[in-house]
Amino acid sequence: MTLRFRRPEAHAGDLIFSWVLRGAAMGLPALLFSIAFFLFQRAEPAIAKFGWGFFTGSVWDPVQENFGALPAIYGTIVSSFLALLLAAPLSIGTALLLTEVLPRRLASAVGFLVEMLAAVPSVVYGLWGIFVLVPWLRQSLEPALARNLGWIPLFSGPPYGVGMLAAAIILAIMIAPTITSIAREVFRAIPRQQREAALALGATRWETMRLAVLRSGKAGVFGAAILGLGRALGETMAVTMVIGNRPSISASLLEPAQTLSSVLANEYAEAASDLHLAALVEIGLALFAVTFAVNAFARLFLWRRTLGRSAR
Amino acid sequence: MKTLLSTFALLFVASAQAAPQPLQLNGAGATFPFPLYSKWFSEFNKAEPSIQINYQSIGSGGGIRQFLEQTVDFGATDSPMTDEQLAKAKTPVLHIPTVLGAVVITYHLPGIGKGLRLTPDVLADIFLGKISQWNDPRIVAANSALKLPADPILVVHRSDGSGTTGIFTDYLAKVSPEWKTRVGSGPAVSWPAGLGGKGNEGVTGLVKQTPGSIGYVELIYAESNALPYASLKNRSGQFVAPGTRSVSAAAAGSLKKIPADFRVSITDPEGKESYPLGGFTYLLVSQSMDKAKGQALVQFLRWAMKDGQSLAESLVYAPLPKELVKKIEARIGTIVLR
Amino acid sequence: MSRRYFGDYVFRSYGWRHLQSRVMIGLLAAACGLVLLPLFSILGYVVWQGLPALEPAFFTQLPGSVGEAGGGMANAIVGTLTLVGLALLLGLPWGIALGIYLSEYGRGRFASVVRFSVDMLSSVPSIIIGLFVYAWVVIPMKRFSAVSGGVALALLMLPTVARSTEELLKLVPGHVREAGLALGLPRWKVILRIVVRGSLGAIATGVALALARVAGETAPLLFTAFGNRYWNQGLDQPIASLPVQIFNYAISPYEEWHRQAWGGSLVLIALVLGLNISMRAALRRKGKTGDS
Repeated sequence: MTLRFRRPEAHAGDLIFSWVLRGAAMGLPALLFSIAFFLFQRAEPAIAKFGWGFFTGSVWDPVQENFGALPAIYGTIVSSFLALLLAAPLSIGTALLLTEVLPRRLASAVGFLVEMLAAVPSVVYGLWGIFVLVPWLRQSLEPALARNLGWIPLFSGPPYGVGMLAAAIILAIMIAPTITSIAREVFRAIPRQQREAALALGATRWETMRLAVLRSGKAGVFGAAILGLGRALGETMAVTMVIGNRPSISASLLEPAQTLSSVLANEYAEAASDLHLAALVEIGLALFAVTFAVNAFARLFLWRRTLGRSAR
Repeated sequence: MKTLLSTFALLFVASAQAAPQPLQLNGAGATFPFPLYSKWFSEFNKAEPSIQINYQSIGSGGGIRQFLEQTVDFGATDSPMTDEQLAKAKTPVLHIPTVLGAVVITYHLPGIGKGLRLTPDVLADIFLGKISQWNDPRIVAANSALKLPADPILVVHRSDGSGTTGIFTDYLAKVSPEWKTRVGSGPAVSWPAGLGGKGNEGVTGLVKQTPGSIGYVELIYAESNALPYASLKNRSGQFVAPGTRSVSAAAAGSLKKIPADFRVSITDPEGKESYPLGGFTYLLVSQSMDKAKGQALVQFLRWAMKDGQSLAESLVYAPLPKELVKKIEARIGTIVLR
Repeated sequence: MSRRYFGDYVFRSYGWRHLQSRVMIGLLAAACGLVLLPLFSILGYVVWQGLPALEPAFFTQLPGSVGEAGGGMANAIVGTLTLVGLALLLGLPWGIALGIYLSEYGRGRFASVVRFSVDMLSSVPSIIIGLFVYAWVVIPMKRFSAVSGGVALALLMLPTVARSTEELLKLVPGHVREAGLALGLPRWKVILRIVVRGSLGAIATGVALALARVAGETAPLLFTAFGNRYWNQGLDQPIASLPVQIFNYAISPYEEWHRQAWGGSLVLIALVLGLNISMRAALRRKGKTGDS
């Protein structure tokens, strides 16, 4: 901890130093603000033209200059939540295994591998997605799903390979390390005595994990999942490469879709009309607002409550 | 830390000195002529080592937009700019046609090679999502020789603003009233069916990887990837395969109608041998340019009209008709260097 | 423990509960295996497909024309290093200053606003940073450029640098500062000469980790650094980069380019994971000797 120590006469050097630092610090909220301002300003024509209808409209038609963001919002939310649904149990399980079961050395080695997964660049995930995951989905998983579960609308339709399911799987892989490492920290922060108490009462190892670890860490694990969700919402390249890029809302997970970020990656450099451009910036604004809200929620409420400090 | 910094410093110096500084022109746009442009720019660079042309194939929509934003020295597109877009340009814009290309309907049907034949109404209905099975009686009617499977048709279209889409939808709007009212035509439209790939590259990649798929790309993309493409029924009722000759035939029919600014559509043309889905591809150039870059660009354009044309056919683009080349060269002469 | 659970455990047999415990631990291991499976698959494919592409020409030559065999990614490799270097130059001073501020002056309302902003900036999707830089740097400059790419990457690495610097400086015990102040040194000297210098090595590793992260970014470069078939001609000109090149090649239909995309991925992964692994190892070594 730093010392609260005031010298009677402040050094000029100290003053300058602290103001330089304060300036640097001030720049950050200013930067965030200017990003938000830029998005608002450039999206203005679209906001004025479509109002709230922008978020409920499902047509994306550059010819008629009619723009609705619902398919992209839908695609973003569905792909991210599906990814969370796939990744959260696996990541929490991995975190439990690392903190509660494996011996320390092995745990740190495996933990290291999980962190490597987080370091793989998005575009490499995309490349792997195009040439490994998508063919596998198209040839094996999706036909099997369609054969056995095709009567559920969720798994109907032709097996394109690319589509919502591919995007969700890629996202799940990408957010798993985030959730795992935060959940791991949450579990680590739980006092040892709690586990010992459970064991002393005759609980088995699994019961100890459930009663002493999972329960006390519940809020923190929830926070970890939300942060994972935040990462999934904004992910761009890998998703763009495998989601199929079609602005439509379909019940089937096998169908192509699009997300807010994939629309931007595909169209931002290319929109020729002013309104199209403004609509794209408004998509960016929506993306910014959603990720901001989700992350702020995770950090402000959940994380503070469990660990008593903000997230790294 | 210091070693890290000095390594980077070294790399900076190294990268700065990597080459004697030739003049670099930056261009962006259409993916439709990219295989040819890529060849052209590399051949031109061999002939004229002091000029490098860096071309990024981001799509025609991007070409027009970045040209208007003046972030590139020239743009490239296959659908000419609209009057509205031209009004936005800060200096007058020249459309310089470079070659003719064909949009082909490519497909991926294992066990069935070349030889698919499509009529305009069937084509429109496939892309409208109304015909969704390969063995639909309306497809079979024109293809009695082929054993079409009972598989779903996977439609692949462009996800980015594209001149290829512009040509394709321009054609469909001409031949299908329903397409005209429901979808319309333009470089980016609201697709009723299918999945989107980025660029001609992306669509070709998706078709190549996805059995049962159908998509539209420039001829060379299908050729160089050994993908089959369909013959289309033209206005005279003939099924015509895309190729340099059938596209030249289409252009020949419309030569007289070409306006002074060269913005013209040659889809669904007259003529027995005309392939109905062809188009010019253009470079977008400012009428007035700064001296160094302008000179280099003019030099390239003149080269493209001569040596460039003879390279076209090796990549299955059709060279421009001779009379047109003369008109274009006259137009290039009007570029003002500041 | 709630009553319901207590009841459960009294009436269930020990053997059954043990079996359950074993099965659950088995499931946890399976979960872990599933999480790691993609890593092995990705690394396996990248090495298997990428290695054959890494001929000498790959590192020395410019890209070939479309679909033709040959050519390399030399300009993209140098481009990525240049962009990362620019990001370092532009982002490092600000990031470190932020870290120092948060650790040494970071109390009170304003500081928590700043800390919150840092967290929020790190969660802004990178493509939005790309839009922002396109509008505020590319359009005014009237060209795509290495600098604009560097600015985008700098903004992306800023939060990571700030937070890791803060955490590391907080590890320096308070009595070190007290000792410095007691000697009559002004505070800025204590901070820079004693606190920061003492953790310089660790800060550098933190910075390198941040660099490794941004080196693989693609989305923000699409609208800023753009791409270049040739060598970059100055920092105000478009520049090639590995991630953008990999993206363009990956979605192309050409075998040769796919091959090179895998090769580029191998280089990129080697760069990123190499930095990561060596820096983590360095941190760990430091942590062990520093702990006492």
